[in-house]
Amino acid sequence: MDELLGEFLTETGERIDLLEPEFVRFERELNNAEMLNAIFRLVHTIKGTCGFIGLQRLAKLTHAAETLMGQYRDGAPVTVESVSVILDSLDRIKSILGGLEVTGAEPAGSDSDLIEKLERLALMQSSVDPSYVSALGRPLQVGEVSLEDLERAWLTAPGPEGPAGPELAHRDLPARSQTVRVGVDMLENLMTTVSELVLTRNQLLDLVRKNGKSEFKSPLQRLSMVTAELQEGIMKARMQPIANAWQKLPRLVRELALDLGKSIDLELVGGETELDRQVLEMIKDPLTHMVRNAADHGIESAEEREKAGKPASGHIKLRAGQEGGSIVVEVEDDGRGLSPAKIRYKALASHVATQVELDRLSDYDAFKFIFRPGFSTAGEITEISGRGVGMDVVRANIELIGGTIELKSTSGAGTVFRIKIPLTLAIMPALIVAAAAQRFAIPQFSVVELVRVGGSAEHRIERINTTPVFRLREKPLPLLDLAELLGLEEGGCEKDRSGDTALTVIVMQMGPKTFGVLVESVFHAEDLVVKPMSSMLREIGMFSGNAILGDGSVIMIIDPNALAATIAAMDLPEEGWSAFEEMEAPGVSATSLLVFRASTSVLKAVPLSLITRLEEFDAGTIERMGGDDLVQYRGALMPIIYFEEGRRRDEGMQPVLVFTEADRPVGLAVDEIVDIVEEALTIEIATDRPGLIGAEIIRGNATEIVDVSHYLAKGIGARLKQGQAASERDIAVLLVDDSQFFRNMLAPLLEASGYRVTAVGSADEALALKAKCVSFDLIVSDLEMPGMDGIAFAERLKGDAAWGKIPLIALSSYGSPTLIERTLNAGFVSHVGKFDRKGLMDTLEECCKKWGRAA
Amino acid sequence: MGTRGMNEPSEIAEEQDFVTVVTAGQVFGLTLDRVRDVFVPRGLSPVPLAPPEVAGLLNLRGRIVTAVDLRRRLGLGPRNSATPPVAVGIEERGELYGLIVDEVGDVLRLPRTRREANPVNLDEHWADICDGVYQLDDGLMVVLDVDKVLAFERAP
Repeated sequence: MDELLGEFLTETGERIDLLEPEFVRFERELNNAEMLNAIFRLVHTIKGTCGFIGLQRLAKLTHAAETLMGQYRDGAPVTVESVSVILDSLDRIKSILGGLEVTGAEPAGSDSDLIEKLERLALMQSSVDPSYVSALGRPLQVGEVSLEDLERAWLTAPGPEGPAGPELAHRDLPARSQTVRVGVDMLENLMTTVSELVLTRNQLLDLVRKNGKSEFKSPLQRLSMVTAELQEGIMKARMQPIANAWQKLPRLVRELALDLGKSIDLELVGGETELDRQVLEMIKDPLTHMVRNAADHGIESAEEREKAGKPASGHIKLRAGQEGGSIVVEVEDDGRGLSPAKIRYKALASHVATQVELDRLSDYDAFKFIFRPGFSTAGEITEISGRGVGMDVVRANIELIGGTIELKSTSGAGTVFRIKIPLTLAIMPALIVAAAAQRFAIPQFSVVELVRVGGSAEHRIERINTTPVFRLREKPLPLLDLAELLGLEEGGCEKDRSGDTALTVIVMQMGPKTFGVLVESVFHAEDLVVKPMSSMLREIGMFSGNAILGDGSVIMIIDPNALAATIAAMDLPEEGWSAFEEMEAPGVSATSLLVFRASTSVLKAVPLSLITRLEEFDAGTIERMGGDDLVQYRGALMPIIYFEEGRRRDEGMQPVLVFTEADRPVGLAVDEIVDIVEEALTIEIATDRPGLIGAEIIRGNATEIVDVSHYLAKGIGARLKQGQAASERDIAVLLVDDSQFFRNMLAPLLEASGYRVTAVGSADEALALKAKCVSFDLIVSDLEMPGMDGIAFAERLKGDAAWGKIPLIALSSYGSPTLIERTLNAGFVSHVGKFDRKGLMDTLEECCKKWGRAA
Repeated sequence: MGTRGMNEPSEIAEEQDFVTVVTAGQVFGLTLDRVRDVFVPRGLSPVPLAPPEVAGLLNLRGRIVTAVDLRRRLGLGPRNSATPPVAVGIEERGELYGLIVDEVGDVLRLPRTRREANPVNLDEHWADICDGVYQLDDGLMVVLDVDKVLAFERAP
């Protein structure tokens, strides 16, 4: 018998086995959506497969059944009659499969009776003449051909004798011998037994260590070795090269290509990558589905491809490999890619998301919609795919084994699906650590080194305000506090004892990211038999699995990917740094600076708080229009400004600092982003060079502090100045701030908005101006200043004949409710965060309106 | 634990066997076919960030069991009884769960016809997971829907 046919029979048989007990439930619960979906998928899969192994009878029957079920799945009410017809159809499918099994060909016969009924029901789902059901002359219950009968038929069948596929004739094998389901269970049991054996051995080792009874030592050592060998052997027995799951893909692709009239190459890379047998079984279907999708929807027709300047032949590539503790499988096609617009449209049309939500989504996030049930953008329903079954099932199957799926797609250039499967069933060497007095396991593959900190150790954790920072060999290392991350201890284990208690930093590397994880202590390393997390706890996301320790207790295994993702999230200036600002304590005037290179080799820096985001654009996507460089950014065009004309890159990635001005993004192109540092800014070397505020020694390097407004003026300053409100304004603002940096930063900004600004460095200087009878329309004053602070300054002005009525706006880098109350009591009309430029502009605007120029 | 009449196969439609458990003074019934075993939960490892209903993980003869506290599932306060809690083992889709209760009682065989619907004024925590009540000689037995007991908001 044809191998493909054999596989099909085995698989379908297994699926029906699984679903069969549920059929009865379906009869009772007519509108059980889950059940309906499961049967729908079964029918869909059968349909898809028999379409190209030429099983006409099955193809027709399943097509009719699928059409009807599709309607129910879309919400049409299910009736008892239709359930009967569907169950009858499943029975018929089973009996055809039974015939196929025995003879290798579809048994003769007609299903027009059922198809007619299915089609009729599909036309008018509401009423069905019950006589159709009885006309069939069979009981409505399922199980007419029981599985036992099928099994017997299989076993007694006189072996393969049907017409074999011409090129696979030599591979004649009985259908069922491909899958030894009992064998897998056996292996599973053996695996559990060995795990128990490993535990017992570990306990014995513990005992011997404690008691020091030497006569047990050598036999125990032998036992230990034998156990390890046994464990390895069983692990190996469970492993299979991923190529086993790929076997039928070349043929499938060829047949698909023929059916679709396309030319498609299939490339398979890394077939020798070994996977746990169970995992392999689980990803077989998803892979097949994805390849089928790629061939059907991804790859364009030869003419279309040639028009787009691509080779006529489409290319699908599967690549497998190990990456850290995971197996990564990629399915890549060079087809038309996903259309973000189509997906957004479909999401909107099917009420999955609102327009507002969609506007906010990046393309990357919009693509994720394809993983939702019933979401398909295929224009037409084909026999191969396009009913919205597929990607949701793929994702469900992969998540079932604790894996993840991601996709990248470039319109016109193709799509890459990336499946990452953790080695959930493997034995994993791990470090046992303690956080908040609880033990956790950290997989060793991600650990680079351990560093003792605090106490008498040479390393120590510095703190910037309340954020722990750790420097390893002069490189700053982002630090996560495990206890805090897991919500076990407010403030983390580092709280209140950074100075005197020794802690351990576990330096970990995941991909390009290196970071530290702070724990109380590290006990020892242990080989863990990883078991998947209970499905109830999988959504926590912090754990990749759990295991039983040598002492019999259960331990959770920290997922290094989750830690890396947490670090990555901290890198985002939007989230990470706003948190930073909140934490900023009074009296600390450290400023977070983004250090970068642009135009010259001298380091440059801008306050991070001014930056909205850091982005990278492919230089090719930056367009030139009327002398300006523009790039598509979040659905709009963003101007890109360069430090120097001619610094434009022709290829590669262009790092861009994104600023937001008047609610619109402006990008400043830089050569390289170097670091983010925390420095108390005291402009040491003032300068007159345009575009620079001054220079400063940061971490031993002379660094130029850039006047962003100078550069942005090209893009948005101009826009602001053109604004009529700005140019018409004639309002005198007094800016009182002891930090020259802020004066230099704010004054040009205010001026750009049309205010006349006088900036002074202290309240005394301001009062000196008052003595000279200079008058202002508005006063913006810092609160924390040496000498007379902002509050005292305001109180001083209260009731003053000349300046008493000038609206006062307080600037402060932190804002507790009590402080705000104090400022308002002192006579300020408003309190604005120092970094909140937009807030300041709005407040000024408001004051102008409220008090007018007469103020 | 009594085993009154649980050995002979019952008529499908007529009667049903229940394992009775007591939590916070209330008698609950779990259908016998869903109960795998009964054990004393020892060595619970709490799970950080888990839903409050999850009491922790424990090792039961080499398998990892997720312990769910019925009290918390019912929205009740912590246990303060002196006797150690007991867990009812439940297997669901290949995973083991232990439902922590105050005590486990007899197995009762009850006719289906005597089951009454949930009282309409049942607390919503309870109505969610209860599937009818039986009037017993010494009070009400609330039937627990095991699937629903284990189906709570899982997001951390």
